[in-house]
Amino acid sequence: MTDTPVRFLPTDRPPSEPARLVDDFTPELIDVGEHHLCPGCGEPIAMRSVLEVIAELALVQRTIAVFGIGCYSAFSNNLDVEVCQALHGRAPSLATGIKRAKPDTVVFTIQGDGDMVNEGLQEVLHTAARGENVTCVLLNNGVFGETGGHITAATVLGQRTKNTLDGRDPHEHGYPILISNLIAQLEGAAYVARGAVNTAGNVSRTKRMITKAIETQLAGRGFSFVEILTMCPTGWFIETQEAPDYLDDNLAAVHVGGVLKDNT
Amino acid sequence: MSELASEPSAVSELASEPSAVSELASEPSAVSELASEPSAVSELASEPSGQRVLMEGSEAIAEAMVLAGCRFFAGYPMTPFTEVLEHMAKKLPPVGGVCMNAESELEAIGMAWGAAATGTPAATGSTGQGLSLMQESIAEACLAGIPMLLINMARAQGDYFQATRGGGHGDYRTPVLAPQDATEAVKLVKLGFQLTWRWRNPVLLFGDYYLAHTSSSVDTSAFDLVPLAPVDWGLDGSTGGTGRARLVSPLGTDKQRDDVGYDLAKHYYACAARSAEMLAGIEPLAEVEGCDDADVVVVAFGTPARYVRAAVRELRADGVKAGSVRPITLLPFPTDAIARAAEGAKVVAVYENNQGQMLDDVRLAVLGRAPVQFIGGLSLDTSGFGIAPDYDVAVFRQRIEKVLHD
Repeated sequence: MTDTPVRFLPTDRPPSEPARLVDDFTPELIDVGEHHLCPGCGEPIAMRSVLEVIAELALVQRTIAVFGIGCYSAFSNNLDVEVCQALHGRAPSLATGIKRAKPDTVVFTIQGDGDMVNEGLQEVLHTAARGENVTCVLLNNGVFGETGGHITAATVLGQRTKNTLDGRDPHEHGYPILISNLIAQLEGAAYVARGAVNTAGNVSRTKRMITKAIETQLAGRGFSFVEILTMCPTGWFIETQEAPDYLDDNLAAVHVGGVLKDNT
Repeated sequence: MSELASEPSAVSELASEPSAVSELASEPSAVSELASEPSAVSELASEPSGQRVLMEGSEAIAEAMVLAGCRFFAGYPMTPFTEVLEHMAKKLPPVGGVCMNAESELEAIGMAWGAAATGTPAATGSTGQGLSLMQESIAEACLAGIPMLLINMARAQGDYFQATRGGGHGDYRTPVLAPQDATEAVKLVKLGFQLTWRWRNPVLLFGDYYLAHTSSSVDTSAFDLVPLAPVDWGLDGSTGGTGRARLVSPLGTDKQRDDVGYDLAKHYYACAARSAEMLAGIEPLAEVEGCDDADVVVVAFGTPARYVRAAVRELRADGVKAGSVRPITLLPFPTDAIARAAEGAKVVAVYENNQGQMLDDVRLAVLGRAPVQFIGGLSLDTSGFGIAPDYDVAVFRQRIEKVLHD
């Protein structure tokens, strides 16, 4: 330390306020300022989109979120909406029990493709077929992200994972399940849409889908479903900045975006 | 019966202090003191005082569940559990409850879990095979603090280990209640809901084919209603946005603000402590008859225990010093009552309609005070449902006499 007075360096853009931290950008309903998800992950964007819709529709004090097991479970104990954590694959049956016991609540589930399309496939199909008045949200990145990048039932053909090193081969590993297309065929499903969070435009479109799904539930019209394609650069074994384009070129080329069904 | 849950029993003291086991064994006086205290055991076993109505066991159980406050049930048909589901489908809607025809046992327990998480008294059930499917959820429901009554309308008694140990993962325990007939089943359904409510832990009612499918006269005084206290932890959405939104999770109960993720180790230690407190806080129940001077003590539970008791009474009438112990709670096991009964006995015999499962618990209770002989074994008709040709007083009497004379 010296007694020399501080000399401000010349600048034409002096800051008008102190620097903001990542915490400052976190929506109010997420309590924690940081998370353990990888850089470039799409799940926090999807989570934030759902919570923003809940807040915008003024449903914060009526909502119960049901989480499956995956990287996104990191959010299950730091949200400021009520949360019921389910076992792997079981979120739709828990959501059913909650909604039937408390019909005035708004119930949504958060599951990944490993959770929903692998472990608990029958749960979401039965819940949709029953016309259960809940909203199921699928975060589909086409891999088991939490275990480090393994093939799921939604993984697209040719994709390399830790247990399909030469790419998903239909002769060896079969074909991906297009879950939204499957659910859209069920009479009980009122609203089915597939969005993505790889571009600002897609985030905006996806948020409208989530809004529509929750409104479907509020109107008591039956099962609503939003599949959100999310980036997983770690599980895709690519550079972080390549993930949004990789999603478009690979995942979204098979799991095609759009509103698949709207009976509202 | 609610008093039972709040008073730690002598058995629990034993469990927490291994050194006390030897003291107890060397001091018969402590045992007799226990024996002189009137307990709910005698209340349960006492003669009925109310009106009697003819009722199928399954219906009695369903009626008891509704009266005990159950407002959500989910099930999947399977013999001999099916009629419980049928009766719940009839009885719940008129009282504003919900009965779900779940598409699988996995979804049945999931639905019950969800409803229970809202603070709604909930139940599910199946036969042992269906309970096998539910094991993951049962294990984790203990970690999530989910109260629910599980009904096992079992085939024979081969699910003893499943019921008392479980096939799930981790350090969980579920109290197990084993009624001998419909009237006792009604009382134990009530007790089961009180226990599950108080401890926020699943409780299992372990019945069988005979209980489920036999119509018998049921003491209506057993149907007196004890309402469950309202809870403050049930999810209803109302705490959203308060900074303290409720969380019901098998991974932990702490909300994370300054750090990320669940502290699993902390949660598992806490659950283990809560489980131990629960087991210590539930008084083991057993019906003990004629064991003070018995040469042979026969231990059996559930439906066959009634045949065993009849055989033992016949032997007594013929001058043979025989006694019987019928565990009513299989977990916590009435270790103390059996140890007391075994004092001075020449032999302890165990009957179960399986290849010998409760046998282990009896041996642990007797702890070398007397030889323990197995007089059970699988007894099945071709359906495999547990319609047992061995359930015959003459057959049991012969086996008891044999172990006494061998």
